[in-house]
Order: sequence, then structure tokens, then C-alpha cells
Amino acid sequence: MNIRTEPITINLGPQHPSTHGVFRLRVTLDGEVIVDVEPIFGYLHRGTEKLAEERSYTQIVTLTDRMDYVSSMLNNQAYVIAVEKLAGLDVPDRGKFLRVIAGELQRIVSHLVATGFFLQDLGAFGTPLMYCFREREKILELFEMLCGARVTVSYMRPGGVFQDAPDDFWPSFRAILDSLPYFMDEIERLLEENEILLIRTKGIGILTPQSAIDNATSGPVLRASGIPWDLRKSNPYDVYGDLNFDIPIGTNGDSYDRFLVRILEIRESLRILEQCWTLIPSGPVRSKVPYFFRPPVGDCYASIESSKGELGFYLVSDGGISPYRCKVRSPSLINLTPLREMLLGWKIADLMVIFGSLDVNMGEVDR
Amino acid sequence: MPYGIGILKGMMVTMANFLRKPSTVQYPETRLKQHPRFRGEDFVWYEERCTGCASCAKYCPLGIIKIVTSGSGSQISEGEKYKLETFDIELARCMFCGLCVEACPYDALHLGSGFERARERKSDLVIPLEELRSSPKRPSTWFRPQLEKKNHNPFEGQTITWSDVARPAIQDPDYEDMGKRWVDDR
Amino acid sequence: MESNNIFNFLKDFFNFLPPSLSWLNYIISGFILTFAVANVLLITTALFTYMERRVLARFQSRLGPNRVGPFGILQPFADILKLITKEDIRPTAADRFIFFLAPIVLVVPVFLLLAVIPFGKNMYIVNLNIGALFIVAVTTIAALAIFLGGWGSGNRFALLGASRAVAMLISYEVPMILALVGVVMLSGSMSLVDIVEAQRLPFILLQPIGFFVFFLAATAEMNRPPFDLLEAESELVAGFHTEYSGTKFALLYLAEFAEAVVFAGIFATLFFRGWQNPFVPQDWFQFFPSIIWFFLKMIFFLFIFIWIRATLPRLRIDQVMSFAWKVLFPLSLINLILTALLVTIWPEPSTIELWLMVIINLAVGLLCLVLFTRFLEHNRIKPTQSVFLATKQGGQ
Repeated sequence: MNIRTEPITINLGPQHPSTHGVFRLRVTLDGEVIVDVEPIFGYLHRGTEKLAEERSYTQIVTLTDRMDYVSSMLNNQAYVIAVEKLAGLDVPDRGKFLRVIAGELQRIVSHLVATGFFLQDLGAFGTPLMYCFREREKILELFEMLCGARVTVSYMRPGGVFQDAPDDFWPSFRAILDSLPYFMDEIERLLEENEILLIRTKGIGILTPQSAIDNATSGPVLRASGIPWDLRKSNPYDVYGDLNFDIPIGTNGDSYDRFLVRILEIRESLRILEQCWTLIPSGPVRSKVPYFFRPPVGDCYASIESSKGELGFYLVSDGGISPYRCKVRSPSLINLTPLREMLLGWKIADLMVIFGSLDVNMGEVDR
Repeated sequence: MPYGIGILKGMMVTMANFLRKPSTVQYPETRLKQHPRFRGEDFVWYEERCTGCASCAKYCPLGIIKIVTSGSGSQISEGEKYKLETFDIELARCMFCGLCVEACPYDALHLGSGFERARERKSDLVIPLEELRSSPKRPSTWFRPQLEKKNHNPFEGQTITWSDVARPAIQDPDYEDMGKRWVDDR
Repeated sequence: MESNNIFNFLKDFFNFLPPSLSWLNYIISGFILTFAVANVLLITTALFTYMERRVLARFQSRLGPNRVGPFGILQPFADILKLITKEDIRPTAADRFIFFLAPIVLVVPVFLLLAVIPFGKNMYIVNLNIGALFIVAVTTIAALAIFLGGWGSGNRFALLGASRAVAMLISYEVPMILALVGVVMLSGSMSLVDIVEAQRLPFILLQPIGFFVFFLAATAEMNRPPFDLLEAESELVAGFHTEYSGTKFALLYLAEFAEAVVFAGIFATLFFRGWQNPFVPQDWFQFFPSIIWFFLKMIFFLFIFIWIRATLPRLRIDQVMSFAWKVLFPLSLINLILTALLVTIWPEPSTIELWLMVIINLAVGLLCLVLFTRFLEHNRIKPTQSVFLATKQGGQ
């Protein structure tokens, strides 16, 4: 067996405990330094866009919450906003508020999962992961009260939300709003000044602002590079225009900033939820829309700020009960574009850190 | 700020969590409670209310429900129902989205409340008509606000008969407005 | 050998043999003693794996394994049974003899270490008068075994992983030895039995810097978190034990945990007064038999290992090496010089002079903390300096 000093190519195969799903990377290494990276994905392709051409507009809601399985409500919200724009439907106010509540709760869940797995990849052996999942369980119980399912929710319909929240939802919601800030304090105490975390993530995997814009990234990745762009502020949808919240912006664009932006976004989501608690009106939650409705011929594109970035739906209608074409602009796939330039020059041990800080969900990449 | 202080703070947090009660329970001795709106696996079907219209089969995104009625050969007059021969629900592919429950105009089909329906053969996972007839009637309150008003909780073992499960009379939609919107303006 | 109670007790027991067969008496009693001690180590290791899983689970707010046997206490035995019944695969590119030899060379030194540790009052296998040196020498064989495992696997990634691990182990030997020299200077002899008896004040008070250095160096020697880059699932190169399966893997696993148990025992003897009670300096004052004190201290250290494992992320290999050479090595040198000065000034310290030494050591320790903080401070940044909140609308 001879040891050569030329670059070797190894395959970080589709099954690996740390790739957040089935993702394959062919990495060329020179010693410990990464020289070239070739991502290969498509292992989770289920044909969502083709299936959407066979189903009616209401049935596609069930397809959308399986794309990014960690943030189902936000996928639903993006889709129904696109359908409403296409068909010109309007939504009652209580429906909009319930959508925002569900969306922000789902954003908290998604960021908790991202943070937990990021720390697991760093080697903290599951303790922060378990704490984050414990809080996620409480929020999933809220989802069960709203719509009967925890992960694949199918809660929203074109024209609003399918059913109002039950009476015992509101006390539990209040309990979560009261207890979650203490948990965030605990996580911050556990992690923010931890020297080992700082050494492992500070200055690693820098994405410059110009490069972030050129590669069309969005979401926390873009904001951590210093660009203040959030679709909830720039193109407000639902009731975001009336709510008061800030967006966290990073300065360096390294992995530490991406991680910290997500934690601060959880706090901002809690602020939004507090305002929704006080502002929510009563009334119907769904405008009367028939099950098999036929939008006018035309096309439209609508996007929202999901937990991973800008999630957009482009729908083309030919006047029938199902769309002619449904194209999804998935943020995780577009955020993978600068992966190569972020990884070159770093060591093997940094690969998992950088990839984990991008927070890619393979269900969304492959659809 | 001394150098190791972040690590020490982290260790204090872990120790505080060590001294709390664990948040997991031992299944199957202790089972966690679900909300009455939980979309469970056993379907609840009231034969007295079902007319064999097959709206549930039409709305299902996956085409799981198979309904075969016999209606030809005899004149069906108003007020009578189709005679159902087969009503199969394939649980192996069902995703419990509840669109069939949303579809049923007569509140005959409801979602159940269990989740422990594992079987050893795939063919055992189809719910045939006899099982739908004979299973205990504990419907989940998903999409059934009338059951929620009655504080029905399927997990406490309350069964409910076909006459109690009815929706109150729905207001008719504004036909003129709907006609204008969906027919005239198109 | 005169005051070794257990060994003499066993020899007296077998005294019915005629004097010409006294060598047989020697062998039998030695064998029984060693056999008993090795078995106790094995059972303690098995219980340590169980304890680690349960305690780690409680840190993570969940229950650990509690199905197999009462409270799950038979879980490690079930694991061992499962590992033994697995197929023993040998890759064709592997070097047969070395592949076979590596687990054995890893396990044997751990058991050898037991020979010099005193578990209780006059309970030890042998009182080597170079006990501390023996510990260091035997621990180095573990590094050799890791390299044998990496080479014998025939897998170039295992070799890379093993090379990194060996580099780490060798660099952490140096601070470990220097910290040990400080203890030896204070007690005047290298034999572990004499070190325990010379501790009127526990050496952790007299050598705080030495304890800190020795603790971290020993954690790295045992490949435990935060230095466990060998067993990391999230590293691409999988470490030297990728190709091992079945009984060989069980031996490697056993060796890692047994080393943790033995090192916990070594910490207890060197720094915490061994089998004596940790509070009152007279050794006639014991509530419990001395062996129970020893086990209690061992369990305390094992708990601290598990606590550190539950909290800290992993370090990268170059950060590990820089930590060893830039932080631990200078600290151990400072400790050595300080201890040498103090021992020269007061060669036979009375209690007051001992406490004075404690105060001087603590002062120097704090000074080192301040100096090293300034040296390593460039990485420290408050979180709000790097991410801030903005309320403005829109953007580019």
C-alpha cells in the first residue's frame, strides 16, 4: 500500500450521518485541504411538480407540505398566496392572522432544528439537539391542536385557513410565548460564548456580500453576509405590513454569523407572535371558495420568506381545475450555488460546519 | 473576561438540566395524550348517513378509496340511497390528510383517533366495508365543529351515534354572488 | 512487599503446601489476586458504559436504557453478547498479523496499569518504586496500538486517521509527564503508594495548575471529548477502527472505556488522596473501608468525564495540537519551576507552610489565567458585535 501525495478524491456518499438528508459530495483533497467539490443531488426527487399537474388546486396543498418537511406551514403559505394571486381571491383578516401565527411558529421550529443539528455536527454529542427538540415538541403539540397533525399539516387552503383554532389552543399558545424566551436565554448561555464553538465557527466559510447577491442566495445566509433584505419587510404579504419587528443582519458572513442570525430570528418571531396575540380579530377564517375552482387563464409568481430563504411558486393556469405548470423556486437549491466557493481552501473538519450552517433541506432541493 | 468562562457557563446549564425531570416517558406503559383533533388511522363511517355519492373518493389526492355501488338494474327514486358493495380504504398509502372528511357532504365519514395499526402483511392494511361498519364510533373532531361544540373527546371512549354527529343547518351560499363570480365574469 | 496485606493473606492461606513448593504458593496467590483485580476492572468498565449512557441521557433530558434487567443494568452485557456474535471480517488488503495484533496491544496496557494503583489501605498488587514512570511508559503503548490498527486495516483513510491520532497522543504525553513530575517532587518518591501516603493536604490544592494540565492531557490520551476526533461521525476519515467488527471491535471499545476507568483511578491517587478520606489529614479517621473511598472518588471523576462529553463540541486537529503546545506545555513548565522552587525553600513543610504553598500556587494560577487570556483573547468577540438588528425597509 503506497501513500501518494497527489490530491485524492473521496465520496461523501448519500448515506452519511451529517449530510442532513441524502446528499452526495465528491471532494478532492490535498492532504487536509479541500481543493475541489462536486455536489450531486437528486436522491430525494419525488416529482412534485409533475404530480401537481394532475391534482386540483386544493389537493396540491397536501403535496406542498412534503417538500421541505421541516417547515410545512410555510410551504403551504407560499402556495396559497400564489393561488390567491392567480385567482384573485381575498382572505378574511382572522385567516391572515392565523396564517402568520402558524408561519412564525413553524419558523421557530425550523430554526430550532437547524441549530440543533448544526451543533450535533460540531460534536456536541446531542445535548443541544435534545434541548432544541424538547422545545420543538411543545410547538408541535400546538400544531396538533390546530390541525390534527404535527409535521405534514395541510392547514391552509386557498382563501384562508381551513378551520379556526380550538378554544384550548389559546392558553397553550400563551404558555409557550411565556416559556420560550427562557429557553432561548438558556441556549444563549450554553453556546454563545463557548470558546470551542467560537474557534470552530468564527471566520470559517466566509461568503462575501457581492458573492451572495451574485449567487442569488436568500434568507439567513444572505442576511448573515450583511445585506438587509427580508421579503416580509420589502414585499409585505398577509399582515406583516402592520407588525413591528427587526431583522438581524450579520457583518462577516461566516458560519458563526449564520448560526447567530437564526437564533436572533427566533426571538424576533416571538415578538411577532406577541403582537398577533393582541391584534387578532374575530371573524371567519376562510372565504367561500369551491373545492374544484377554475382560475382565469394566466400565470403568476408569488414568494414568501420561508425559514430557508425566498420560497416562490410560479403557477400557470389554463382554466382547468389543475395548474398547467407549477414551478417551485426552492431556496435550499439556490443557496447551494455558492457551496463550492465557500468550501475551497478549508479543511475537512470545516466542511460539515459550513454545510450545516447553510441549513439545506434535501426535500426542498430535490422536490 | 477569563478564557474558559463560556465553557463553564455551558457546563452549568447542562448541570441544571441534569437535575430536572426528564421530559420523555416510557412507552408503552405511559402514553402521551393527543388532542381530540388528531387525525388518526381508524376511519369512522356511519352507514345510515352515507349515500354512496363517492365525493370522498373523488377528493382523495391519492385515489385510495374504492367505492363500488350497485344502482343499475333498479330505479332509484328520490330519497333512496345507492347500495354499497365495496368501500375499501387503503391504509398503506393513505397520508391522513383528511380531504375526504372535508368532502363528505353528509358527515358520514370521519377520521379516527388511533395510531397503532401496524400489521404484518400489506394486504391486512386495507380497511374493508365490514370493518368500517363494525368498528367503534369514536370520530376525531377534525373538520367537525359540531363535535367540538359538544366537547367530544374520542380518547375518553365516548362513542357517538349517527344522529348526534350531524352538522347544524348550513346557510345557503349567496347564489347570485357565486354565479356572478364563477360563471358571468369568466 | 512486607505490608501488602492481601498478597500475604493469600500466601498464608496456601501455607499448607510443603516449603519446597513455595514457588507454587507464590504463583497461585499471585494469580488469584491478579485475576480478581482484572475481573473487577472488567465489570467496572461494563458498568461505566451503562452509567455513561444513563447519565448522558439525563443530561439530555431523556431516559437512558432501562429495559434489559432491573434498571437496565444488564445492558452492557447484552451489547457484548451482540458484538461477539457478529461476523469477524478481515479486508483482503489488510496485513493479517498486524490487523490481529492491534486490539490486543491496545487492551493489555490498560490492564497492566492496574498493577501499581493502590485501591485501599495496603491493597495493591505490587509496590513498584518507579510507579509513576511505569504509568507513563505503559500509556505510550496505546499510541503504538492505534498506529498498528490504522496500518493493518489496509485502508488509506484509516491510516490518515490513525496518523492524526498518534500525532495528538504523542504531543499530549509531554505535558502529562511534566505535570506528573511536579507531583513526584512534592511527595519525594515515584511509587504511587508513597504518593498517597505523602498527601496530608490533597495535591489538587498544592498543584492546581498541575491538576488542570494533567486532567486535560489525560482526557486527550483517552480520546474522549472534546478531543475525540478519532471517533467522530461527522469527520470524513473514519478513524482506525473502521475495518474492525465483531470481537475485535468489542476489544477496542472495552479498551477505551477501561482506560477511562483506570485514569479516573489514577487521578484519585495522584491528586485526591487515593484511598484516604479527602477531608481530615489523619488516616485513622475513616467512616468507610478505604476501598469504598477509592471507588467513590473514581465515580466522581467518571461523572466529570461524562459531564464534559455532554457539553463541549469537538476540536479540530490543528486546534488540538496548538492547544497542547501553546497552552499546556508552557503551563506545565511554569508548574514545574514553581514546585521546584517551593520544595527547595521548604523541604519538610509543616501544616502552615503547606497552606502557604497552596496560596502561592493559587496566586500563580490566577496570574497564568490572566496572561493566557490576553494571549488568546483575539478570538473573543461579543455576539452583538457581529450580528445586529436592523429595522430598515428593503435593501439592494
